[in-house]
Amino acid sequence: MMRLPKFEYRAARTVAEALEWMGEFSSAADKDPQAHAMLMAGGTDVLPNMKHRVFTPQVVVGLRGVAALRGIAYDPEHGLRLGAGVRLSELAASPIIRARYPALARAAEVISTPQLRQMGTLGGNLCLDTRCNYYNQSEFWRKARDYCLKRGSEICRVAPNGTGCYAVSSCDTAPVLIALGATARIASRAGDRILPIADLYHDDGIHPVRLHDGDVLTDLYVPSPPGDWRSTYEKYRVRGAFDFPIASVAAVARFDGAQCADVRLVLQGVATRPLPLPEVEALLRGQPWTPDLLDAAAELGYKAAHPMDNTAGTIALRRRIVRAYIRRALDALIAPSVIH
Amino acid sequence: MPKQLMTFQVNGETREVAASPTHTLLEVLREELDLTGTKHGCELGHCGACTVLVDGEPVLSCLLLAVEAQDAAITTVEGLARDNNTLHPLQLAFAERGAAQCGYCTPGFLVSGVSLLTRTTDPSRDEIKDALSGNLCRCTGYTKIIEAVELAATRMRETQQPVPSSRSRRNRP
Ligand SMILES: Cc1cc2nc3c(=O)[nH]c(=O)nc-3n(C[C@H](O)[C@H](O)[C@H](O)COP(=O)(O)OP(=O)(O)OC[C@H]3O[C@@H](n4cnc5c(N)ncnc54)[C@H](O)[C@@H]3O)c2cc1C
Ligand code: SF4
Ligand code: FES
Ligand code: FES
Repeated sequence: MMRLPKFEYRAARTVAEALEWMGEFSSAADKDPQAHAMLMAGGTDVLPNMKHRVFTPQVVVGLRGVAALRGIAYDPEHGLRLGAGVRLSELAASPIIRARYPALARAAEVISTPQLRQMGTLGGNLCLDTRCNYYNQSEFWRKARDYCLKRGSEICRVAPNGTGCYAVSSCDTAPVLIALGATARIASRAGDRILPIADLYHDDGIHPVRLHDGDVLTDLYVPSPPGDWRSTYEKYRVRGAFDFPIASVAAVARFDGAQCADVRLVLQGVATRPLPLPEVEALLRGQPWTPDLLDAAAELGYKAAHPMDNTAGTIALRRRIVRAYIRRALDALIAPSVIH
Repeated sequence: MPKQLMTFQVNGETREVAASPTHTLLEVLREELDLTGTKHGCELGHCGACTVLVDGEPVLSCLLLAVEAQDAAITTVEGLARDNNTLHPLQLAFAERGAAQCGYCTPGFLVSGVSLLTRTTDPSRDEIKDALSGNLCRCTGYTKIIEAVELAATRMRETQQPVPSSRSRRNRP
C-alpha cells in the first residue's frame, strides 16, 4: 500500500473555522518552516500529491462539511452562483448549466472518470496545481533525478537554462469560466474580495494560483448570458477518460446576423495558466465567419501557443491540436446543434 | 500517528474500528475491516480497482480519507449480494459471460456496473461504456464486461428485482 505521510486532519464546519485554522498555521510557518496547512475539498489532487510527497502539509483542513460552499443557483438577472464545493458530477448534470452554459457542463463532464467527478469539486479544480512530467512523480523518481525547481532544487528539468517553472495549467473548468467572464469570491481573514477568474492565474508554474496562503474560494459567479450566446469546450486527451488535457479550447461567441458580435477564446493545457487569445478574438470580431477567416484564426492561435516538452504529447502535436481544435470550436459555435 | 475510533456503515452493518486518521477508506476496508474484495491498484485515481459505493455513488476509496467516510452508507463488492445471500444478477452475468480473467479489476467493475443498473435497467451501450469508463481492465478487452452488464440488465428488466436498501441514494455533498 502507498501510505500518506503523517498529518493532522481537521474537518472545518464553516468558512470562518477553515480561515482560522489556516491562519494559525501560516503565522506559525514564520517561526517553523515545517508548519504548514493545506485546504482539501474532494482530495483528488491533494491526496495523490501527498502520496508522492509532492505536498507534505502538517495539517489538512477538510472543506467537505462546509455547507456554505454548496449549491447551484440561477436567476436570469444575476446569472449563476456556484459554491466552490459543488462537485464536478453536479456541474455536468445540472439542467440549467447544460441549457445556459453548455461549455461549462462539457468541461466538467470530460474531466477524468465518473468516480473522480463524484469526488472532485469546482473549487479544487480551479485551484489545481500545475502539472509536469518531472513533478507528478513519486518521491523516489524525483529524488533519483535530484528534484526540480518547483520542489526541492534550483534547476528546471524542462528548461535548465530558464529562470522559471513551466508546469502546465490543466484544470478544465478554468478556461471556460474565463471565457464566460466569471468572477470568484475569496474569503480571507481580512475580509472577502471578488476578482475575475482570469486574475486568479499568472505566469508562475510554481505558485500558479494567486491566492494568499489560507484564502478560501467560496463562490463563483457567471453572468447571465444574453439568449444568443453560444459556448463550447473542445478537449484533446489520449484516452476518452482519465486523462488531463493535452490541449483544449474554450470558446464563447455571440452573433449579429451572420457577423460575429463578440467572441472569447481561451486555451488550456499549453501554458502555466489558461491562455486567452485576444489577437484571435480581434480577428474574428465584427466579421462574417467564412472558412478562410476561421482558418486564419486557427493559424494565429497556433502561433500564440508555445508549450514545453513536459506533458503527454510532443510539442509539435500539442501545437497542431491547438490549431485543429480552435477550428473545431469555431465550427461548433456556428453549428445549429449548439444554438439554445 | 495514534489510531482513533471510527464508525462506518458498511454493507448495511455498523462497524466500529480503531484506524489511523491518515489512512484512506481503502486501507481501512482492507486492513481493519477485512473486506479485501476491494482491490488496490494504482492508489492514485488512475484505475478504478478500489471503487466502492458511497451513498449509492461510485467513488475511489484510495482517494477518500476514512475519517471523511464515517457518516456515509458504504457498499463494497462484498455487499452486492442480495439480502438472502444470492449473488447480484451482475455477478452471475460476469461469471456466465467470462467477464473476469485475472479478476483483479472485477470488484471495481461490479460496483460501477451495479451503480448503473440501480439507476436504470435499460442502459444503452454508450451509457454502459460511460458508467464503466473509470475502470481499467488489462485482460478482457472489455467486450465481455459490457455484454455481462447487458445480460444482467435484461434479466433485471424481466424479473424486476427490487434494489436492496443498502444502496439507498441519500443526497450528500
Ligand atoms: C486520474 C486523475 C485524472 C484527472 N484528470 C483531470 C482532468 O482531466 N482535468 C482536470 O481539470 N482535473 C483532473 N484531475 C484533477 C482533479 O481531480 C480535479 O481537478 C478536481 O476537480 C480537483 O478537485 P478536488 O475538490 O478534488 O481538489 P482537492 O484535491 O481537494 O484540492 C485541489 C487544490 O485546490 C485547493 N482548494 C480546494 N478547494 C479550495 C477552496 N474552496 N479554496 C481554496 N483552495 C481550495 C486545495 O488546497 C488544493 O491545492 C484528475 C485527477 C486524477 C487523480
Ligand atoms: S517545468 Fe521545470 S521546474 Fe516546473 S515542474 Fe517541470 S521540471 Fe520542475
Ligand atoms: S487504486 Fe484507486 S483508482 Fe487505482
Ligand atoms: S480481468 Fe484482469 S484486469 Fe480485468
